[in-house]
Amino acid sequence: MDIYLPIAGLSVNALMIIGLGGAVGFLTGLIGVGGGFLTTPILIFYGIPPAVAVASSTTQITGTSVSGVLAHRRRKGVDYRMGAVIIAGGVLGATLGGFLFRFLQGSGQIDTAIAILYVLLLGSIGFLMAREASTALGFIKRKDAQSKKKPRHNPLIASLPMRWRFYRSGLYISPLAPLALGFVSGILTVLLGVGGGFIVVPAMIYLLGMSANVVVGTSLLQILFVTGATTLIHATTTKSVDIVLATLLLIGSVVGAQFGVRLAQKAKPELLRLFLAIICLGVALRMALGLGWRPSEIYTVQLL
Amino acid sequence: MAAVGNLHGAIAVRRIGALLILAMAPLLMGQAKPKLVPDVSQRQVEIRYSFTGAELLLFGAIVYPDGRVPEGATDIAVVVRGPAQRIVVREKQKVAGIWMNVESERFRSAPAFYAVSSSRPLANLVDERTSAIYELGLQNLQLSPASGATSEQRRRFEEGLVDLRQRGQLFYENPRGVEISENVLYRARISIPARVPVGTYTAETFLIREGRVIAGAAREIRIEKLGFEKAVADFADDWSFAYGILSVLLSLGLGWAGSAAFRRS
Repeated sequence: MDIYLPIAGLSVNALMIIGLGGAVGFLTGLIGVGGGFLTTPILIFYGIPPAVAVASSTTQITGTSVSGVLAHRRRKGVDYRMGAVIIAGGVLGATLGGFLFRFLQGSGQIDTAIAILYVLLLGSIGFLMAREASTALGFIKRKDAQSKKKPRHNPLIASLPMRWRFYRSGLYISPLAPLALGFVSGILTVLLGVGGGFIVVPAMIYLLGMSANVVVGTSLLQILFVTGATTLIHATTTKSVDIVLATLLLIGSVVGAQFGVRLAQKAKPELLRLFLAIICLGVALRMALGLGWRPSEIYTVQLL
Repeated sequence: MAAVGNLHGAIAVRRIGALLILAMAPLLMGQAKPKLVPDVSQRQVEIRYSFTGAELLLFGAIVYPDGRVPEGATDIAVVVRGPAQRIVVREKQKVAGIWMNVESERFRSAPAFYAVSSSRPLANLVDERTSAIYELGLQNLQLSPASGATSEQRRRFEEGLVDLRQRGQLFYENPRGVEISENVLYRARISIPARVPVGTYTAETFLIREGRVIAGAAREIRIEKLGFEKAVADFADDWSFAYGILSVLLSLGLGWAGSAAFRRS
């Protein structure tokens, strides 16, 4: 069943795209990550222009994060004050990212930049997560050095001026730290079409020291708003949001997520994290090989 | 945009001029020559939700002055070309172990689509000069390179572009694609892939005898998005902010509806 995508300007197999959305949604429900880091590269492999892939998968993430935010709100797992600070940083970062995106597009380096960023991010996060999950599962012996008591606050963050109280997070820290965190993830959202949860969640736990029960909900709130803002930025600047593509992806991912959630209640969380780590490393490896191998197309065409 | 229009216009004028001279040739030479009566199966190609490309049938008749088919071979070449685009072609090179875009070349009028089909291989029909004048064949496309690069580098980029578009089915030559029956009726199929841009395409037919183009005719074909696809593309272009808001609301609505539907069950 072929469907013509009006913005991407080509026909795709609708069932294939819905299936991709479903698979990514399944992972979202299973592990709690947005899945944009999988959607964008797969869409690019499939032949969708990178700009359209990035912009439309951002739109899709907005949709998938809604149900998560609602669920966490019901059990009071969202720190709105912290969320607002990170969102403010995220929108600033997304605006800057929009300029960066157009600059890289103009100089012809956007594809390479996207690939390198993916390799670095997925590679390092996949590696860290794999090590952590293997330790938890007992595949690797825990090092004694790690059991040493760490200070609750990162000294660098504690030294920042102007402290605010974040009650639900149980923190008394400078808002500049979450603002900077939001800023970085906002740039990544625009450039890579990812929600940024896979950066923000570890940073919230290990750098900011937020209480664990509000981390995922607050991160999802931030993703919801920042991807929404990013969709607007892409729609007005790069004009590459394909509403038909995003809708197809969403139909799949909304359904897939529900099945993922059901399986997640039965499976071991460490095993799931190991599984996710392997996927991250796999995608990173595939993109690294893509950078190093002689590409099938030496020449590319861009309209002026 | 105006520059593109002018350039495209200038090319069109030049081409129409060439065709006019052809049309007047019999009068000037005081000798009756065969005429072409060409047609195209579709004057308008609509891109709709399930568009996977189109197949055009170019057909027509060769009318000889006194109804007599003369001695010797009569050949037909048809050319379908898409709108001229201003493009930049980038070339990847290996830098520090990574393949990335390094050099680039601009072209002011590269056709988005170019297909030539003939009754015999073009090399057997016309000499190089003639095929250059009528832009017959992929080697003879006039792409108007814009930067002052060396001719060797320009050729490399032209070859890269032609090769890329050939593999994307956007450029092709079919040396035996025109069927001529009884030396009078001809027909050729040209397939247009789904990935072509919208715009005005031209279908040209050339009648070739003894190495010379003795008659030619052109028809226009419009390829356009219609209905829902056109509405979406126009909306995204003209009302980009509202389109962005609509996209966000749509994804919020779908996400919410999905979770609501599954919670109840």
